[in-house]
Amino acid sequence: MSDSAFTPFNRVQMAQRAAADIPEGWYVNLGIGIPTLVADHVPLDREVIFHSENGILGMGPAPAKDAIEPWLINAGKQYITLRQGGSICHHADSFAMIRGGHLDLCVLGAFQVADNGDIANWATSENDTAPAVGGAMDLAAGAKRLWVIMDHTTKDGTSKLVNKCSYPLTAESCVKRVYTNLATLDVTDRGFVVLGMAPGLTLENLQARTDAKLHLPA
Amino acid sequence: MIDKTVQSMADAMAGIKDGSTVLLAGFGSVGQPNALIDGLIEQGAKDLTVAANNAGSGHVGLARLMELGRVRKIVCSFPRSSDPVVFETLYRAGKIELEIVPQGTIAERIRAAGAGVPAFFTATGVGTKMAVGKEHREIDGRTYILENALYGDVGLVEAWEADRWGNLTYKLAGRNFNPIVAMASKLTIVQTQHVVGLGDIHPDHVHTPGIFVDRVLHIPYGDPGGF
Repeated sequence: MSDSAFTPFNRVQMAQRAAADIPEGWYVNLGIGIPTLVADHVPLDREVIFHSENGILGMGPAPAKDAIEPWLINAGKQYITLRQGGSICHHADSFAMIRGGHLDLCVLGAFQVADNGDIANWATSENDTAPAVGGAMDLAAGAKRLWVIMDHTTKDGTSKLVNKCSYPLTAESCVKRVYTNLATLDVTDRGFVVLGMAPGLTLENLQARTDAKLHLPA
Repeated sequence: MIDKTVQSMADAMAGIKDGSTVLLAGFGSVGQPNALIDGLIEQGAKDLTVAANNAGSGHVGLARLMELGRVRKIVCSFPRSSDPVVFETLYRAGKIELEIVPQGTIAERIRAAGAGVPAFFTATGVGTKMAVGKEHREIDGRTYILENALYGDVGLVEAWEADRWGNLTYKLAGRNFNPIVAMASKLTIVQTQHVVGLGDIHPDHVHTPGIFVDRVLHIPYGDPGGF
């Protein structure tokens, strides 16, 4: 099989693609890493309300260096701003928004996603001595829909889209869509359905880099 | 006349027993009752179980309390804060017990304790190693696991304002775990940036009603910083 030339999406393009698919009016929680970049690509006039699990609803962009409010941080412990209309609540109410199914969308990074929607994103070994789960399990199990943004493979080329996660699960059967540096895929009853690919990439070449079976839209 | 304000750290910490479960509010260093943690270090109680979101940072505060060998067990969602050197050293040496709890589950377990709910079912953690050994139940077609309430013998809280009845407000992201820690603890101790007159907090603006508060100590700590 010849490996024809193609151009993978970079981190910003991955974030842009996810951002373009978020409609006005959604309440959205973004995980750390590339998911955080998604907010930068939602125009302010498209009103999307960002949630941070430490009790912030209506999170705005990072403040200017001379306008930092030391009492306003996000879940990643970065300084943030509040948009007009933003609000504060306590931790149990903030997680009620998550666990009660009130968030339209959560976007997380992941180590692995299986073609039944299982996600592994918090520990790389069953024997991890002191794994840190934070709010990942609540978000994965609780949001109305879960999207994942991640590289398609590990650095050594191992597929992160798998038949069955080998790492400890964060939650079962909850991922609805995956944005990778090679493709956009929906998780359906049939498994992964390819919605789009990086320029120049063929389905054959994508499949060659993917453990799980890929399908075309019906 | 009810007056929950106390005049010294020693009075604030009086009576905390060895073996207590201490609920510690704060997220990052925002809304974290740092002065009260130092007071607990000074007070001397040991064999403590501490529930907090993180397992301490650097060699101060909670990390210092652990370094002194006073904490038997940590209950938290994210032991790896920015500088978790003390926790990791103790944990690797088998000198501290760890219970990892998803952040929403720890928050709800604390809230449940405050509300008199001894346990609840949640979907969070189903199918993961968090579910091992827990009661499972299918309700309306979805599987849930049973989680127990997390009660505090002592709760440490940082408020923005407090009055002598113990009514509290918090500032911005400083609210976090503070209201639920106040609800869930038998002895709720508050450090407050400002003490205000009774009635100065508009009734609509009270975040934690004084019924959940036992002691208030005025500590004009200033802005949080350093996570």
